Amino acid sequence: MRHLLAAALVVSSLPADAADADRGATLYEERCTGCHSLDANRVGPKHRGVFGRKAGGVPDFRYSNGVGNSTVVWDETTLDRWLANPQGFIAGARMGFRVGEAADRADLIAFLKRESGK
Amino acid sequence: MTNAIRSPRGINRRGFLDNGQTFLSAGVIALLAGCTTNAAMPMSSGSAEGDVAILNVALSLEHEAIDAYQLGAESKLLDKPVLDVAVLFQGHHKEHRDALAATVRKLGGTPVEPKMMNDYATVLNAGAIKSQGDILVLAAKLERGAANAYLGVIPSFKDTELAKIAGRLAADETMHWTALAGALKQNLPQKALSFAA
Repeated sequence: MRHLLAAALVVSSLPADAADADRGATLYEERCTGCHSLDANRVGPKHRGVFGRKAGGVPDFRYSNGVGNSTVVWDETTLDRWLANPQGFIAGARMGFRVGEAADRADLIAFLKRESGK
Repeated sequence: MTNAIRSPRGINRRGFLDNGQTFLSAGVIALLAGCTTNAAMPMSSGSAEGDVAILNVALSLEHEAIDAYQLGAESKLLDKPVLDVAVLFQGHHKEHRDALAATVRKLGGTPVEPKMMNDYATVLNAGAIKSQGDILVLAAKLERGAANAYLGVIPSFKDTELAKIAGRLAADETMHWTALAGALKQNLPQKALSFAA
């Protein structure tokens, strides 16, 4: 019994799978650069510094009224909800692109966080 | 300079094979005629406004693609066979543009206008392009991005007709990417389902 308890304690103390920013970089290149880049506004706003930034916060990008007027601040939680369903998260958003897999969203967010210097 | 990239008025940002014809796919024609599988106009994303927004984002992508190929053609870096393919692919994107714009209007929206060519040249870092290979790399990247973008918006369309159109557009972009990747001798993805999840 004590061996089983010790094993359970070891397992419970193991960290959950950490998000992979390097994989996120690959996913960003493959899936996001159709509309975005880190350092230039294209169809979508640039992403450098997005982590911790208020939605609609890139000064020289024309946002939808929904995103421009939003009080959302981008962090792990809000980015996850956004990437899962942008128009469901912020009404009036123009972005319809979704990232269906939770692990993919986590890795993308880890990459964006890293590229924001966080 | 080939006839393919010179209009009677000389080269202009719309002059690339712009003969005024608009070729709409059967699905888009049905949509525009109101002849969907259901009698009512398609409703997606809970609102027509949401659909118009998504379609306008797609239209913005097509504007960028058209001008990207224009920049490539005007660079004079492309060999004739490659230029011919660029002309062909740009023509496809013009058909996409026309179909998307028509659908936006049908849904009561206003199609987004293209930016100035210089704007695209800046954001696409055209100044760094020095060779045919550089152009092909950029084109392949944009096409793959477009394929993933169209696939990624499919879940946002509740109407199957618009979702189908997005799928067909994605298929065109994937075809473009595959051809360009082959020209670049890039390896094909080793795993299935490599495009947007």
